[in-house]
Amino acid sequence: MTARDEILAGVRRSLGVTGHEEPRRQAVADRLARPERGVVPARGQKTGAEAIATFRKYAGAVQTSVTIVSGPEQVPAETARWLSVNNLPARLRMGADARLAAMPWDATTLDVSHGPSAGTDLNGVSHAFAGVTETGSLILLSGPDNPTTINFLPDNHIVVLDSADLVPALEDVWARLRAETRSDPLPRTVNMVTGPSRSGDIDRTIFLGAHGPRALHVIVIDPDMAV
Amino acid sequence: MTAAITSPAFRENAHQALEDKQLQAVLGTMRTGFSVKRAEAAAALPEFEALRDSARDIKNHTLAHLDLYLEQYEAKVTASGGHVHYARDAAEARRIVADICRDLGAKTVTKGKSMISEEIGLNDHLEREGFTPVETDLGEYIIQLRHETPSHIIAPAFHLSAAQVEQDFRRVHTQLPPERDLSEPVSLLNEARQMLRQHFLAADVGITGANFLIAETGTSVIVTNEGNGDLTQTLPKAHIVLASLEKLVPTLDDCAQMLRVLARSATGQDSSVYTTFSTGPRRAGDADGPGAYHVVLLDNGRTGMLGTSFQEMLRCIRCGACMNHCPVYQAVGGHAYGWTYPGPMGSVLTPSLIGVEKGGHLPNASTFCGRCESVCPVRIPLPKLMRHWREKEFERHLTPATTRSGLALWGFFARRPWLYRQATRLGAATLALAARGRGKFAALPFASGWTLGRDFPAPEGRTFQAMWAAEAGKRRRAGGKPGAKEQNP
Repeated sequence: MTARDEILAGVRRSLGVTGHEEPRRQAVADRLARPERGVVPARGQKTGAEAIATFRKYAGAVQTSVTIVSGPEQVPAETARWLSVNNLPARLRMGADARLAAMPWDATTLDVSHGPSAGTDLNGVSHAFAGVTETGSLILLSGPDNPTTINFLPDNHIVVLDSADLVPALEDVWARLRAETRSDPLPRTVNMVTGPSRSGDIDRTIFLGAHGPRALHVIVIDPDMAV
Repeated sequence: MTAAITSPAFRENAHQALEDKQLQAVLGTMRTGFSVKRAEAAAALPEFEALRDSARDIKNHTLAHLDLYLEQYEAKVTASGGHVHYARDAAEARRIVADICRDLGAKTVTKGKSMISEEIGLNDHLEREGFTPVETDLGEYIIQLRHETPSHIIAPAFHLSAAQVEQDFRRVHTQLPPERDLSEPVSLLNEARQMLRQHFLAADVGITGANFLIAETGTSVIVTNEGNGDLTQTLPKAHIVLASLEKLVPTLDDCAQMLRVLARSATGQDSSVYTTFSTGPRRAGDADGPGAYHVVLLDNGRTGMLGTSFQEMLRCIRCGACMNHCPVYQAVGGHAYGWTYPGPMGSVLTPSLIGVEKGGHLPNASTFCGRCESVCPVRIPLPKLMRHWREKEFERHLTPATTRSGLALWGFFARRPWLYRQATRLGAATLALAARGRGKFAALPFASGWTLGRDFPAPEGRTFQAMWAAEAGKRRRAGGKPGAKEQNP
């Protein structure tokens, strides 16, 4: 008997089941076919300007800085400004995201290179798939557009978020991935990022910048400039 | 580092821990640390108690259908290009991991924090097989340098001071200038970042644990604040996930429920910094990610807990809240428990996994104050389960002879109420006389276990039963009912 068969048989013996009971199989099939949303906190259930303000509040609480611009054409200038005020080199790594590629990077003095990060990049920029109002989190999907290494290797991570992609809760991210038939299979990696890297392992005190980015800056594109 | 099981020596371990001044200073910070932050986070979310119910129900449903969810999960992992390996016990899990590393021609293996890795003693095995395992969680890295085991399931180096870490870094990081300034704790963090970055980039295989496994999509989930788990699993050729069977939840939405109670219960954060959902190996066209994805599913005694009262323990999501709130853990720390899992959750889980013969002492390390159950995000009745173990320990004659004969003596009197009253009256009167009005004993024959650490209070003369009977007599004469407080004269 293989380990697999032995373990499954052990589970069934302990539970007193055969695995063929129709009501059990039906309960599992139903649960998988129609996922229950459960308890979703009210604090993320906001729209429009209120949603952006709430996202900003919870992002700020975990040391994520947030600026709002009115259109994608302003993202390169805002990126250059943020790097400059933080005394960082005007160099940037990004993937192949078409939305990022369409922005006027040439109008800035930024030195932009493309591809995954190999560990020597100081600054990286990604485009988020979504933002989560409830926790001020960013959702980033792996792939050629926004390589996962850019989320973790550069010291400073800049993330562009379209205000239309702001959703109340993580459950809404799953709903959108399912609607776009990207939940079967999911992308190799779905990152939910809530603030810059930190550790409490030395002296039971939180310090930023453990292994991932030391700083996280979000540029929200909001055509209404409501906030 | 995998230490031998020292759970049978819990009493001696606890004595040593109480004498350890450095450890006691660290443990003194617990009351103002995690537990305060958890209380604040819970109070700030009106839905928190409802989420605890939801988390409990999700786990109960999953465990009741575990065979079916395992089959579904395995099918989804396979469909996304990954491999699922089942391991009946620790030895089988170690062998599977070493075989994967060997097949890939690996030398260096980076590791995210995994309690399953500790449970199966993986690092020692990998070293014996010629691989170099490097722990990348800062706390795990520190204790690996010290050849120690974690003292806390979410803060492995909780027992250490910054000064101790500085000594270890100076001892091990000899390639760095000896005159460097490490007086600020943040400089230790920066040094570890610098040293570990090289390991991340050089590793052939990355091993992580899993906080959850999702049956709907065949996904493994890790939760970290440092980002070390992500660098561990993204950069090497292969990603190996170590997980025990009970990590399963049915759907992505169920996982979202669990995440809301996990971080709040653990550290008081609304959300950990990095919550990462991994499904299979990198896809065609992906710019990065591991080329292979393996999941090792460990049983190691868990199927035997299903269908028993200890099935409830399999809801545990390893947040550490029970130990953060435990007066015993706060007094002796994690190492005294003598195996991978300390605190109340360890006192219930350890006897299940290594046997009541070796772990049977641990359920006695409880005052039954109930704080662990009151903060458990999945509402595990930890005190009840510890009591079950005590009963089993007694039934199997594993309780020490002195305790057994003491209980037998008490039982003899308890079954004879008249004799019991006489004996306790005599005992209380004798002790009251011997105390000569001091109200306490600094030393007492046969009670040095108590009086070495504190005074033993002296009885005032009469037994409780005698006083109760006298009070009841007075009340009857006054026309009241015995036990009705407001009628007391």
